[in-house]
Amino acid sequence: MREITYREALREALREEMLRDETIILLGEDIGRHWHGAFKVTQGLAEEFGNDRVRDTPISENTIIGAAVGAAITGSRPVAEIMFGDLLTLAMDQILNQAAKLRYMFGGQVKVPVVVRAPFGAGVNVAAHHSQSLESLFLKPGLKIAVPSTPYDAKGLLKTAIRDDNPVMFFEHKLCYALKGHVPEENYTIPFGEASIKKEGEDVTIVATMYMVHKSITAAEELDKDGISAEVIDPRTLAPFDKETLLESVEKTGRLVIVEEATKTGGVGAEISAVVCEEAIWALDAPIRRVAAPDTPVPFSPTLEEFYLPNEKKIIDAVKEIVP
Amino acid sequence: MELEKEKLIEIYRKMLEIRRFEEKAFELFGENLVPGTIHLYVGQEAVAVGVCANLRKDDYVQSTHRGHGHCIAKGAQLDKMMAEILGKKTGYCQGKGGSMHITDFSMGILGATGVVGAGIPLAVGAGLSIQLKGTDQVVACFFGDGASNQGAFHEGVNLAAVWKLPVIFVCENNLYAMGTSQSEVMLIEDIADRATGYGIPGVAIDGNDVMAVYEAVHEAGKRARGGHGPTLLECKTYRHKGHSRFDPAKYRPQEEVEKWIKKDPIKRFKTRLIDIGVITEKEAENIDQDVIEVVEAAAKFAIESPFPDPEETLNDVFSIE
Ligand SMILES: Cc1ncc(C[n+]2csc(CCOP(=O)(O)OP(=O)(O)O)c2C)c(N)n1
Ligand SMILES: [Mg+2]
Repeated sequence: MREITYREALREALREEMLRDETIILLGEDIGRHWHGAFKVTQGLAEEFGNDRVRDTPISENTIIGAAVGAAITGSRPVAEIMFGDLLTLAMDQILNQAAKLRYMFGGQVKVPVVVRAPFGAGVNVAAHHSQSLESLFLKPGLKIAVPSTPYDAKGLLKTAIRDDNPVMFFEHKLCYALKGHVPEENYTIPFGEASIKKEGEDVTIVATMYMVHKSITAAEELDKDGISAEVIDPRTLAPFDKETLLESVEKTGRLVIVEEATKTGGVGAEISAVVCEEAIWALDAPIRRVAAPDTPVPFSPTLEEFYLPNEKKIIDAVKEIVP
Repeated sequence: MELEKEKLIEIYRKMLEIRRFEEKAFELFGENLVPGTIHLYVGQEAVAVGVCANLRKDDYVQSTHRGHGHCIAKGAQLDKMMAEILGKKTGYCQGKGGSMHITDFSMGILGATGVVGAGIPLAVGAGLSIQLKGTDQVVACFFGDGASNQGAFHEGVNLAAVWKLPVIFVCENNLYAMGTSQSEVMLIEDIADRATGYGIPGVAIDGNDVMAVYEAVHEAGKRARGGHGPTLLECKTYRHKGHSRFDPAKYRPQEEVEKWIKKDPIKRFKTRLIDIGVITEKEAENIDQDVIEVVEAAAKFAIESPFPDPEETLNDVFSIE
């Protein structure tokens, strides 16, 4: 079976889709020949598709997204890259007021097939302006959100995102780019709203996203040794969100730990927790536990960042708190 | 402009401090002692020093991701800077910020931002405070050629212009924003021309000539302190190294790099000082030795300092009365 990295999987998705549909264009800062993107996802694409379709932009995040949305409502299918997830905040009007609302506000007259890619996450000591995980900010009507954790998911979800006629926020994780995994040569897509069960288990459900999926799998393997069987679920898309898979799992295990890299308050974990409380509280044998970052900006120093980030030990501790 | 001998030597020494500090930081980076990334100021020393040599302690400076030089020029301590770069508790930001965010508020440095262009509106706000207090302080706001394409630049310069705020906008045009050259993202040659659109003076100068920078900022400072509003200064310069840690900067033609290395601002100023008889070769050598010792001591301090306690992560989210 062929193994490639998450970065290569993303690149393949972009390339295959660009070959399939020539209305697809890429735009972003330094995504072209000089740099190929800060994380090298677009390596070779400017060379293959030319500067018209792979466009280096000025440092103008708000206009990168605005232009992408404007192009999307007039027949192009843009995939915009924002160099770091933290910098999405510079384009919030275009994302939340424009991309997300245009179709609704104009009574369904228009489609907005735009994808916004951005890398999230801490763990590489680049401090508060380049490390935050902001996914919960985008849980708003009119936006879809994909958060792949593996090369296979990254490729399949990005292809779906590009084919979707709605705005899709596509969040990658810096520490996932170099991870290798099985990705078939054949063409495939992954539907939005379908969680992936990364490991089956009976005693507790762990829901995790992005890099935390990997930490959770390692934690679950450790827990196995202690005789605790954990099921690890990766929702893969936060909007739409696959309630069924989660609720089925919680009904089976009766226990839920939610793991996210973002700060705890107002996070995706809070939303997931509310869903379970509303729809399956009777299935719970213990309180829900959230493993998340403390409510602080991301600190720089390694000792601080390590304290800040959720890890295997914190996940194991949370599980042991609720599994007898 | 005639400057006293001491002032000229101080300017020379500051430029050297930046150069040697950056070389040391790069060396420590190679020894895996620097977490994350660094953006070196090597090659641009004349800008920070030429600007800050005009500033008083109570004037403000707004810095960028490439900020070590701004801090040193405004009078920050090398040991606390190096400690911050190494993520140590004794660093300026107690290890919370790192290379990209070194800041000494006690010296009027308003912060180094990792968000390109974000410092510009902040500098405008500092100018507003000065105007409200009625003092004759100024703000020097550093930013790059790349940042001048942000909306924040255009909005910020316009607001400072229309409110006649005491801000000196210092664009360090090192011709590149990461791998993107200026001509790929703007049609004008002089970013200073953008000033016209906001009704303020715009001046393009040789940013590798520290006296040219000094004089231009002197004029802009008089204007700002006199209540006549901001100036946009464009300092043409060049970073000798790549954008950040591992960037080999292959996107720059070799001849271009060589041409700019020949225009090294420190060598140029040294030659000039020797030519006009301010210092001798031997004295220049002594200054350098002295600077190297100070930088070595800063590095030693940083290396020997402890890392912050993990729980310190939770401090300073809010100020507590
Ligand atoms: C808003 C924002 N966009 C993009 C980046 C990534 N980035 C960091 S430095 C840089 C280039 C900045 O160029 P310039 O303003 O010319 O400053 P220089 O690095 O040349 O000193 C970019 C694109 C960022 N940090 N912030
Ligand atoms: Mg630049």
